[in-house]
Amino acid sequence: MTPTSFSPTGIRFENIDKRYGGLYALRRISLEIAAGECVVFAGRNGSGKTTLLRIAARLTRPSSGTVSFLNSRGETGGTQPPAGFVAHATMVYDELTAEENLLLFARLQGIAEPAARARTLLREVGLEERHSSLVRTFSRGMRQRVAIARALLNEPAVVLLDEPVTGLDPQGTSWFAQTLRRLRDSGRTILMSLHGESEVSTLATRAIRLDAGAVVADTRTGANFRSILAFANA
Amino acid sequence: MALLSNTAVLLGKELRTEFRSRELLTTTTVFVLIVIVLFSFSFNPTSEESRRFGAGLLWLAFLFAASLMLQPCFLREQNNDTLSALRLSVSDPFAIFLAKLVANTLFLLLTELLLLPVFAVMYNVAILPMLHWLVLVFFLGSLGVSIAGTALSAISAQARMRELLLPLLLLPLLTPILVASTEVTAGLFDRAPFVQWKGVGFLAVFDVAFLTILWLLGEYLLEE
Repeated sequence: MTPTSFSPTGIRFENIDKRYGGLYALRRISLEIAAGECVVFAGRNGSGKTTLLRIAARLTRPSSGTVSFLNSRGETGGTQPPAGFVAHATMVYDELTAEENLLLFARLQGIAEPAARARTLLREVGLEERHSSLVRTFSRGMRQRVAIARALLNEPAVVLLDEPVTGLDPQGTSWFAQTLRRLRDSGRTILMSLHGESEVSTLATRAIRLDAGAVVADTRTGANFRSILAFANA
Repeated sequence: MALLSNTAVLLGKELRTEFRSRELLTTTTVFVLIVIVLFSFSFNPTSEESRRFGAGLLWLAFLFAASLMLQPCFLREQNNDTLSALRLSVSDPFAIFLAKLVANTLFLLLTELLLLPVFAVMYNVAILPMLHWLVLVFFLGSLGVSIAGTALSAISAQARMRELLLPLLLLPLLTPILVASTEVTAGLFDRAPFVQWKGVGFLAVFDVAFLTILWLLGEYLLEE
């Protein structure tokens, strides 16, 4: 992933609550993620990882609290492009070709020269030769490559990854880890939830453990960092 | 302008995926054809009988076909969570609705126009003299069905028992459309055909009112 025209962006979560009826998915989450950090969220199923990422993507509205994007000086404000979001679901159309999918989302996002951008991304994710194949004919790994290309169309400064390697074979996971390393090294802020991976979670620069919708551990170094990553790998 | 360009892009996607699979058009066309043929067995479709019952039968068939057609409208977006990708990409979520309801109107209208000659032959109804008025009524009726149906499809796609929920919500809501469309169509099938302007006006007002409601509330319908 060639570093391009995004400006470093962090995220601030302030007192985020998310309730579904009487059930709390998130409780009083306050976090500040600095620009360029690669954060892994670990926790059991239902601990609130996905909800937090969807709130960061502005796909889910918090019941209370605010999410704001920060510039490199740590100030809020300004218009930020939407964060790139990759989930376990591919978020692309099986009935369209890889290129048609990227063209569709590029045009919706008002990207200049969408065809050229789509071709560039297909080359970067190694699908240039299959650009005219329907996504439904792709393997899980290839679909996830299209999903990553879609998420990077608008050159987002923040990339949100919700269990992105679930279902990938070791080769696919390895490719994903390399891609993630390039994204991290290009200065993008990365937030990801993981479940059972190792090659990917070792790229993290910060680990946060959620339990029952609350942050129970947050660390950048030391034994606790490794234990949180180990929890993600459990 | 962003709304219109996003709508055009999304409409292109809807048409491309449908004409590639032909799932909706084939299913609804066959369904309406079966209903028309079965109804023709239930009474002797003389010209006089058809003028009395034909319009109602035709619109009932269209309405049931629409509930079939509208079911997968938002359900398909859930397979790969493409609705989230759309929400992240469009500047105005109303574009998602607008593209879907225009596509649904076109599909429904196409089905109706394909089957109108079949209906005319089987039920001994002369349609050619009033064809342009029939097309207008079909358009207004189909647009109303699509607006309400697209909104309800978005609601029901997130619910349990979604396959049952859409027809249960849709059919009562569309009763006014059914009544108005049937009355106008019956007037056009009459021995001395006439345009019932009151019904045409009602259909137009229904369409504008529901489109406005959808524009105001659409964003909330897509929220999780």
